Amino acid sequence: MSLSAVRAGWASITPALAWTLLFFVAPFLVMAVISLHPQEAGGFSAANYTQFFANPSYWRALTNSLEVTLLVTAVSIVLAYPFAWILATLVPERWQRLALMLAVLPFWTSYVVRSYSWLLVLAEKGIVNDTLIRLGLLAEPAQIANTRLATIIGFSHFFVMLLTLTIYANLKQLSPNYRKAAADLGAGPVRAFLHVVLPLTLPGIMVGAFLTFVLAIGDYITPQILGGNNELLMPQLIMMQIGRRGDFPLASALSIILMVVVSIAYVACARWLKIERA
Amino acid sequence: MTLAAFTRRLAGASFIALAAIGLAAPAGAAEELNALVWCDHSDPNLLKPFEEANGAKVNVKEFEGTGAGLAIVEQSKPGDWDVMVIDSIDVRRGVDRGLFEPLPEDKLPLADLFPEVKMDAATMFGGKRYGITEKFGYNTVGYNKAKVDAADMQSLAVLTGDKYKGRIAIYDYYLPVIGMAAMAIGKKTADLTEADLPAIRDVLFKMKANAKAVTDVVASQTALATGEADILVGGGEWVTAGIAKENPDLDFSIPKEGAVLWSQSLAMFKDSKKKDLALKFIQYVLSPEGQARLATSSCYWGMPANTKASLSDDQKRILRFAEQPDFLKRAQGYPAPSEALDKKMQDLWTEMIQAK
Repeated sequence: MSLSAVRAGWASITPALAWTLLFFVAPFLVMAVISLHPQEAGGFSAANYTQFFANPSYWRALTNSLEVTLLVTAVSIVLAYPFAWILATLVPERWQRLALMLAVLPFWTSYVVRSYSWLLVLAEKGIVNDTLIRLGLLAEPAQIANTRLATIIGFSHFFVMLLTLTIYANLKQLSPNYRKAAADLGAGPVRAFLHVVLPLTLPGIMVGAFLTFVLAIGDYITPQILGGNNELLMPQLIMMQIGRRGDFPLASALSIILMVVVSIAYVACARWLKIERA
Repeated sequence: MTLAAFTRRLAGASFIALAAIGLAAPAGAAEELNALVWCDHSDPNLLKPFEEANGAKVNVKEFEGTGAGLAIVEQSKPGDWDVMVIDSIDVRRGVDRGLFEPLPEDKLPLADLFPEVKMDAATMFGGKRYGITEKFGYNTVGYNKAKVDAADMQSLAVLTGDKYKGRIAIYDYYLPVIGMAAMAIGKKTADLTEADLPAIRDVLFKMKANAKAVTDVVASQTALATGEADILVGGGEWVTAGIAKENPDLDFSIPKEGAVLWSQSLAMFKDSKKKDLALKFIQYVLSPEGQARLATSSCYWGMPANTKASLSDDQKRILRFAEQPDFLKRAQGYPAPSEALDKKMQDLWTEMIQAK
């Protein structure tokens, strides 16, 4: 490669690099340094990190976050895949764009408004309980709002749309010839799907799943509004440190721990996180 | 286009834009006051009369929690902020950081304030006043009288008993609710020490076992308004009064054990460049008109600190104005723990929320 080509390459990536350094790496390093200066004890120590691992309530916030996020990711994949499949293969080509737009319509509403709307829908006097009682399936209202189930429903509603988009895009890239070739070789529709289509759409699933994991595990609004604070997830625990006490060092340490978890998830998914087809 | 030509054009366009802005601005542009506030101060109904009377614009920034508010100040330039609304018990934190300016007592209606809410111990240091109480109320038992027996609400024991299990919400702020738990076992909020925490923990865990949710300000109102909960631990006029017209069954009690008195103060920043305007703002908020508007702010209602607030009879009835002398006699202040005890209280609160 010529020197001018190398220079041109650097010139083209410099803005993105500068942006990342300035608005991600530098704040991250500042946060890491702050996390090592405990608010009360002062000085320089890992006390905020040891506190996290020593306090079961803090530790539980992480396990709660992981349980909720993994459940949401699984539920969203299970719901989004058939939806994307129907859109990509059964809906006529000329209607696909409109169908896709209708599918992602809820994206256009405010996240907070959507969460409060779910709260009303899932409340004791909400439409869900009302319908179940009218149908005779329930004798009295069930508590759905202010529970982990409500958080999972609110999250899944949002992330099914996201996963539908990534899986749909992947399915559209997939040539119908793969399925035809599998059929020519004697594979039935189920076998062709399991052994050909599903593996080839794994990147779309994993990209969507990773985005779902990252966005859900760092989200404060949905569990705060729908979960009723009956358990704390990591973002809520972080916010709690800031509210009255302004304990930014502990909040920073908790944020770093959350980032480590996200990084582990990235490493686990990395082999599938690619846009181009092999 | 060459780079030089582009630069010239950009400079020319910028000059024109700046000139246009300069021409558009009125010769006597309104003075601006920057206020760090709670949501009740963002109500235009409160700010507009002050702005019109002084030809000024009040820029408000809302925050929740003293820690978050002080962090905003620390991240700002000196002089960026003129006034701040702060928990009365936290005025000391601003004074300790050297943020606040002493207020001229002779220019404030201190004689008109309910004596119990002046809270000199929390707002005066070295003989100087750094904060003045503008609004107060109670963290107590809020309830829907159509759904519960009002007589039951006269004792904090109802919060730990079985009768209303699953119909209770807990306001998500550890200091007042820990204060209530302390009062339930006969402790004084002002005397709490670390040794009291195990007994308080037992009360909190019993409350949690009875609770449907632990709710923030908005969710607390929503829970009572929608019938999701019939009792709010830590509720009071701040959650029931604002929606009293739509929900006349919402009420609050001051149980026999008492209630926790909340109180918010106004403080002026030492580095403010508009101290005259800041003082005028404080005087306006403490005036009878300002007090009535603040007390009935759209975000939440609360008792005005000034006994002469221009409230209508109906507003006074909703706020239970006439009963205040008795309520104040039975109320205790927020716990005001040291930093270390505060941290332990917050950890206890975290443990309670995480309890299954």
